[in-house]
Amino acid sequence: MDWIDLGLVALRVVVIFGLLQVVTILLIWFERKVVADMQNRVGPDRAGPFGILQTVADGVKLFFKEQVTPRKVELGLYLAAPMLAAVPAFLMFMVVPFGRPVRINLGGEDRLIPIQGADLNIGLLYVLAMSSVAVYAVVLAGWSSGSKYPLLGGVRATAQAISYEAAMGLSLVPVVLFTGSLQLSEIVTAQSGSLTFFDRAIALPAWNVIVLAPSFLIFFIAAVAETNRAPFDLVEAEQEIVGGFHTEYSGLRFALFFLAEYINIFTMSGLAVTLFLGGWAGPTWDGSVPLLVSAVLPTVWFFLKVVVFLFIFVWLRATLPRLRYDQLMTLGWKRLIPASLVWLFFIGGAMAVRQFGLPWG
Amino acid sequence: MMAEPTATTDIWVSGTEAPDVSEWMVAGTDEGAQEMERDETVERSVEQRGSRVVDDWVVDDSVDDDERMIVNMGPQHPSTHGVLRLNIELEGEIVRRVKPIIGYLHTGMEKTAETLTFLQGGTNVTRMDYLAPLHNELCYSLATEKLLGVEIPPRAQAIRILMTELNRVSSHLVATATNGMDIGALSMMMYGFRERELILAFFEKTTGLRMNHNYIRPGGVAADLPDGWEEDVAEILERIPLAMRDYEDLLKENPIWLGRTRGVGIITADECLAYGVTGPTLRAAGVPWDLRKSQPYSGIEAYEFDVVTGSRGDVYDRYRVRIGEMHQSLRIIEQVVDTMPRGDYKTTDRKVSPPPRQRIDESMEALIHHFKIYTEGFKVPAGETYVAIEAPRGELGCYLVSDGSGAPLRMHTRAPSFSNLQALPIMMADSLVADTVACIASLDPVMGDVDR
Repeated sequence: MDWIDLGLVALRVVVIFGLLQVVTILLIWFERKVVADMQNRVGPDRAGPFGILQTVADGVKLFFKEQVTPRKVELGLYLAAPMLAAVPAFLMFMVVPFGRPVRINLGGEDRLIPIQGADLNIGLLYVLAMSSVAVYAVVLAGWSSGSKYPLLGGVRATAQAISYEAAMGLSLVPVVLFTGSLQLSEIVTAQSGSLTFFDRAIALPAWNVIVLAPSFLIFFIAAVAETNRAPFDLVEAEQEIVGGFHTEYSGLRFALFFLAEYINIFTMSGLAVTLFLGGWAGPTWDGSVPLLVSAVLPTVWFFLKVVVFLFIFVWLRATLPRLRYDQLMTLGWKRLIPASLVWLFFIGGAMAVRQFGLPWG
Repeated sequence: MMAEPTATTDIWVSGTEAPDVSEWMVAGTDEGAQEMERDETVERSVEQRGSRVVDDWVVDDSVDDDERMIVNMGPQHPSTHGVLRLNIELEGEIVRRVKPIIGYLHTGMEKTAETLTFLQGGTNVTRMDYLAPLHNELCYSLATEKLLGVEIPPRAQAIRILMTELNRVSSHLVATATNGMDIGALSMMMYGFRERELILAFFEKTTGLRMNHNYIRPGGVAADLPDGWEEDVAEILERIPLAMRDYEDLLKENPIWLGRTRGVGIITADECLAYGVTGPTLRAAGVPWDLRKSQPYSGIEAYEFDVVTGSRGDVYDRYRVRIGEMHQSLRIIEQVVDTMPRGDYKTTDRKVSPPPRQRIDESMEALIHHFKIYTEGFKVPAGETYVAIEAPRGELGCYLVSDGSGAPLRMHTRAPSFSNLQALPIMMADSLVADTVACIASLDPVMGDVDR
């Protein structure tokens, strides 16, 4: 580790920080456009070409708005909550690899630069931890607002987070068992190449989604719930509790919650791609195309796969009604968690058999 | 004890220490919760007046007071359909007590009617239930005509049926759309309003306005149907069933929709009858009561249609009943188009209906009639009457008293939304917060109709 390495780390952090904000701007625009299309509307079309700058305009507006602080708030927590939402959202994406590591000669030394913030060996645990921290923001925002609807939103957030955190964690264990690593880059590498079945290659990519389809379904449902998106957006539920936890927030503080929500959607899509759809894996035609193209192509594949998930997030929102509180709990505790436990048991057994052979054999 | 709010505690200046307001708030409750408090003096006076209503709600002492929370839902709330306010006592997420509070849209329309002539009255009543203005006009006109004893030409009657049934469809479209939105199916909102636009465009072409038409007037209708109305109606008849198939795809068997509406907000037939609940809510509870069948008006008995009923009386059944009623209304409209009679669109009785413009230049008599009708209005024989029709929300009645002058002595509207709203606490007993919006949406109250 020398100064060049440190500089590279700093550079990656800055790039990802910028990337997430640009992604948020595009994602909000994308969502509004797609939902508008599904609902026979035009959507934003005034600011910039196809209204693509609408989010920028909204952001600037929020930036200059008065930040009203209601009288009854618990000031410290009230101010901390938006930060607590935004910071973990940024941090969570840091471990997601969104491109193939590149080897560059810098300072007379060959350096392997991972295209991700940090290649932690406990990446998956870190992701789960960060997504739990983000829940505190919602709970504390709801509680510290000193208002009734936000309180209801906060209580709902607590229950929802606990239930779906468990389901999500359990759905990820088969991935860890199968790939044998918690490191996200390792998990991506394990999915490269093509699928083998009894040592015979099949013309399918070795993506986890094929082998671990139930895990993938459970993970995706839990991810939608974790990000508080429709049909699990009870925490905000405009029609019932008038925006829930962020009712009493305005201006930039509200913008931070908004930013965090969309970064979380992007991160969860990125995670789904990384864990189940082979991450950045895809044809790169090494050697037959210019070096730069084959270096950038994995990143392109990653973002293309992510866009598919983002579309599904938006699609769900435009189609499905909202679940009720008790139905949400039922789905979490009585369906998803038992299903993931059974599946985990099955995968665990299969892995054991593969490693040690049949107990009676 | 209660201290008078003084200038110093009353006004709080930003930056200073917040005053302790708990002292002069009734029993230290939070803002707006006073209505839910039991006031001894009120109870006693109620008993003396003999207007005591038995409230079967019993305070559950086992629950800690800190577990209860009183929430004001509305009047500024996105899902209370206007300015309805609900005082809700919550125990966690469970609704223990509901008290609807109305009057935020009260504009004294029934009193205003006394200062308007019978001819002007239409502009007034049409603003009551603003989602079904033509039904209000029809009801008022029928009551006036009953007192007048005039004969309405068959074409006018057919036009009235055509317009009110179209209005029923447009009103039910809004009800279905908002029902969808309140439960979280956001696209349903846009779809419902998209199809309603077709009908409103036809209304605008016919009456000149999208809402508040004053089109159906005592004596007939204001104008004949526009040229090419058959094509417009044919387009409506073609496109709305197609669109309704989309709604069915979106919601009918959607498990989340079923979960949110099945068994939610149940009201039984007996409870409906006890509270005077009518319309789709009553029919969803299994009572085939439709004034179009039981007390036909404006010649509707000539057309074939069925009364749609449900069996469970829950939110889902109300949604199904509305969808079914839209189909039945379209069926009526189809028959009206096929059998539309020729002739006058308003009565030729010159005491009631103004003469054609060219007659005024030719005939002194016509000029006098025109002048009289537009200055003091036509005279309605003294008497009182009550006429009820089937509005999209239920029985819409008009009670009219005339003293023989040109304006009613008293006008009262039996508003379906008002009676239906009483049933809200029954439906919501021990439901969840999310169910309250589903219940309100399924009742489809129009606050203009409630408060008048």
